[in-house]
Amino acid sequence: MSIDKVVNSAPRAIEVLGGDLTESSLKRYLNGIPGVDAVGLEARAADLGTRSIKTTSKAWALDTIISLIDLTTLEGADTPGKVRSLVAKGLTPDAGDPSCPRVAAVCVYGDMVPYAVEALGAFHGDGIEGGINVAAVATAFPSGRASLAVKLADTADAVAAGADEIDMVIDRGAFLSGRYGLVFDEIVAVKEACRRADGTFAHLKVILETGELNTYDNVRRASWLAILAGADFIKTSTGKVAPAATLPVTVLMLEVVRDWYRLTGEKIGVKPAGGIRTSKDAIKYAVAIAETAGEEWLQPQLFRFGASSLLNDVLLQRQKLATGHYSGADYVTID
Amino acid sequence: MSRLAVLKTYKLYIGGKFPRSESGRVYEIVGSSGEFLANAALASRKDARDAVVAARGAVSGWSKATGYNRGQVLYRIAELLEGRRAQFVDEIVAVEGVNSAVAAAQVDAAIDRWIWYAGWADKYVQVAGNANAVSGPFFNISVPEPTGVVAIIAPQDSSLLGLVSAIAPALVSGNAVVVVASERFALSAISLAEVLATSDVPGGVVNVLTGSPAEIAPWLASHADVNALDLLGAGELDWVDLQIAAAETLKRVLPPEGGSSAAAAAPSLERITAFTETKTVWHTKSLI
Amino acid sequence: MSFLEYAAAPESTALLNLQSEYGLFIDGEFVAGSDPTFSTISPATEKHIATIATASAGDVDAAVAAARRAYEKSWSTLSGRERGKYLFRIARLVQERARELAVAESLDNGKPIKESRDVDVPLVAAWFFYYAGWADKLDYAGLGASPRALGVAAQVIPWNFPLLMLAWKIAPALAAGNTVVLKPAETTPLTALLFAEIVQQAGLPAGVVNIVTGAGETGRALVDHPDVNKVAFTGSTAVGREIARSVAGTSKRLTLELGGKGANIVFDDAPIDQAVEGIVRGIFFNQGHVCCAGSRLLVQENIHDEVVERLKTRLQTLRVGDPLDKNTDVGAINSAEQLQRIRQLSDIGEAEGAERWSPACDLPTEGFWFAPTIFTNVSTSSRIARDEIFGPVLSVLTFRTPAEAVAKANNTPYGLSAGIWSDKGSKILAVADKLRAGVIWANTFNQFDPASPFGGYKESGYGREGGKQGLAAYLQAAAAAPAVSATAATAAPAVSATVTKEVAR
Repeated sequence: MSIDKVVNSAPRAIEVLGGDLTESSLKRYLNGIPGVDAVGLEARAADLGTRSIKTTSKAWALDTIISLIDLTTLEGADTPGKVRSLVAKGLTPDAGDPSCPRVAAVCVYGDMVPYAVEALGAFHGDGIEGGINVAAVATAFPSGRASLAVKLADTADAVAAGADEIDMVIDRGAFLSGRYGLVFDEIVAVKEACRRADGTFAHLKVILETGELNTYDNVRRASWLAILAGADFIKTSTGKVAPAATLPVTVLMLEVVRDWYRLTGEKIGVKPAGGIRTSKDAIKYAVAIAETAGEEWLQPQLFRFGASSLLNDVLLQRQKLATGHYSGADYVTID
Repeated sequence: MSRLAVLKTYKLYIGGKFPRSESGRVYEIVGSSGEFLANAALASRKDARDAVVAARGAVSGWSKATGYNRGQVLYRIAELLEGRRAQFVDEIVAVEGVNSAVAAAQVDAAIDRWIWYAGWADKYVQVAGNANAVSGPFFNISVPEPTGVVAIIAPQDSSLLGLVSAIAPALVSGNAVVVVASERFALSAISLAEVLATSDVPGGVVNVLTGSPAEIAPWLASHADVNALDLLGAGELDWVDLQIAAAETLKRVLPPEGGSSAAAAAPSLERITAFTETKTVWHTKSLI
Repeated sequence: MSFLEYAAAPESTALLNLQSEYGLFIDGEFVAGSDPTFSTISPATEKHIATIATASAGDVDAAVAAARRAYEKSWSTLSGRERGKYLFRIARLVQERARELAVAESLDNGKPIKESRDVDVPLVAAWFFYYAGWADKLDYAGLGASPRALGVAAQVIPWNFPLLMLAWKIAPALAAGNTVVLKPAETTPLTALLFAEIVQQAGLPAGVVNIVTGAGETGRALVDHPDVNKVAFTGSTAVGREIARSVAGTSKRLTLELGGKGANIVFDDAPIDQAVEGIVRGIFFNQGHVCCAGSRLLVQENIHDEVVERLKTRLQTLRVGDPLDKNTDVGAINSAEQLQRIRQLSDIGEAEGAERWSPACDLPTEGFWFAPTIFTNVSTSSRIARDEIFGPVLSVLTFRTPAEAVAKANNTPYGLSAGIWSDKGSKILAVADKLRAGVIWANTFNQFDPASPFGGYKESGYGREGGKQGLAAYLQAAAAAPAVSATAATAAPAVSATVTKEVAR
């Protein structure tokens, strides 16, 4: 598939690379991006991780973290019942504390979208105050090993079922073998498949699966590629490959969206997913966001945590701050 | 009828050329029984300055040459010295008043010393440098490098061996030297310069001044473009003042040893590393 | 309230158990000094911390005498293995009291607690641990079999890394078998005195470590003392020069770690985000009170504007303030005198036409503070491009080619450190070869390790600290080698002892 077929749908790439968008011009552009020194990046991430977030800052951070969570279940054993339970948890994270914010979204497989939408009822909603979005993984998640037609059908199906957000995976095999055009085209095509009947789009999160891209240089190039192709969010991982989200990878992706903003004035979201289980870790990400991309990224439109067990740990910490004593696992609900 | 000998004019050796002293001054070199042997150039402070300029200009090329190359150049000196062995023996006999066997032993030792040091040029880094196991994701290595321009006061009690013992180790790592020869035994120094000029030693790498160490040394010790000072042959001078002058620009100083300075200049790795600087390089190391 | 205005996160000072007054530590005991006492203050608040004794020439004499006795009676007779065990003990005691030492250091010096906690104190323990292991392996130090200690070492250290510089000095000296008299800087004596307590806890024989406090006069008396065998100094080039003069003609061995004006070279193929971090670490680490600071940024002309812009953005997240707050990045300037110097040189920079910029930051009203500062449009001849400022002040210069970068980097009487930022390994190695500096950091900056030799070229001093070289600086070969006969040249003594004077290491 050649890029020429979809150039009209990739306005960002045309804006940045110019009109004669080809695989080789894309390659030249991506290869011209400055490299990443892994040691320096990891040291920077570790340094951000030493920030000490206390008292009022911690309280604000914990509430913000909850509001940024894509509460996730992505199991072969998922059932409508499990999804309903997840939605209930997302709407009322702490049954004993109505002041507790809601999560940003629930994230499920495509076939579970109708159940999530149904369970949310009036609380389903992009942009509705207090509403929760439904995010669906698509494009033959997690491997992405299916034909483009299947991936597009997968996407369109989830959007038709009411998904507000699509979490697609890139073709890592194509990326690693240098077929950047193919990866690009697929993202553009999936973006198009996110179009709803009314002409609006479901938000597109592009999963890079950084654990398979392996190097930071690859992550940086793939991040740029995904943004150029139209991603609303760049997301680290499926959660099915180790390592999933790490702080250095997230800092790197935050640097990319910061640079994109510097270049174009447009803000792109970042979603680390998988492996973030504790408040302590999540706060490190919050610090990294604020000090890398900026505080304005600490909102659901621009940052998400893809997580399941994180929520309860944040609730335990939140209870500790409220009551002054340590809480226990029996005082938060399992979904 | 006997043939009238053609006498040599002994001049300075600066930047690969043999100029007279810019001051126009000479002093008499006399034999052991006081007979006139030659007029040697009596170097001035300006000659010393010119020598430092020449040495500075030579540092870059000489220090950049590979150790293998420097080793061969130093070995080449020994080859040429061997070929002119008789001339050096005659000069030493005339100047020092020793018999030809003693003079020959000195020349042989000097030749062998060049060879000993020549062999170090591509090895001293391995012996004096090291890889460092730091606790972090870094490649870390320490290597000795030449200090730069080394000013040397040569041993005063030796024509050739003392001189060679002082300059050879400084050359091994790639320093350029300005050497003040033995005041009385200056002839071998200029003859050695002729050897250097016809060997493969680049001009300016060795600069030889004859004359009064007491007069020239303070100018070298205080010269800001001199990096190190070897006071090997300065035992009879006010060498503490020289050391104090050298402190102004934090020169590395090798003070004189007691006793015979030629003996003190026994061949040693320390004489090489004395005029080196350890450089440590860190580089990040990561697979991803 | 902005999230970035992190709520106060003060490190507790409750674990500090300071005395109100400290004497001199001589012969294993704290004793009163003969000269009038002085006060050590917190540079962040100007508040009094403790009263400190001043060692007179007589007190210094007593300390040197104690060190001499300890050297002859106990320390030199101890096996390397036993000496090493004492040093291991010290390393462990430092680890055990790490937090206390970090708090005391930040209090007395003004450096951020995150640096004293994560850099200074861990390195202090590492330094003792590293050299402890050398104590019974001196045969491998490069001086041949059974090298000997020098005797009594006089050590004078600066105020920028008070406890770490103490460790750099004391650990190798003791491992090699010397005894020491150390003088900390007058503005930062506190941790050296806590270290004296550690020496007591370790049960070190009396007199092996002596700490004398005071100002320049005390230091001069120590360095000039006729019964010291070794002088080790870290500090300004001006004082180093004075010391080099004063030991001229003596048999004292000398190592000097002096000033610097390190070039941090950023090529256009650099990993740019890490380079920006490295620039920040290079000049704003420890308020720029670092002899090896990357105080001259040499940036390739074609990326100058971008680098400066990114740097300015980054600097806006630096948190200047209370050294004891765990989120502070830049602490207090160590003294009023130093603040005065930084202000003066910065004003000169401005007067010479350089463009001055600092991020908006509210500086405390009490104490000594200076906002992180960048000067652009700096010419090579400007004072701020040549003089060591020793503060959080960066001068930005440009270059066009690698050769020009090298030439500009080397165009200084100093030669302590340099940084290179590029993704091209071949270029890094070639540039590293050509830089006349003792420590080169490629794609990193301000890294330190006990195994890594540290020290300068040219007027940045001589001798190395750290590693095998740092150990050798406190040793001499077994015995002066017999005079080698003229014919012995072919019998190469691998490591002869004929050159015992310390010059280059």
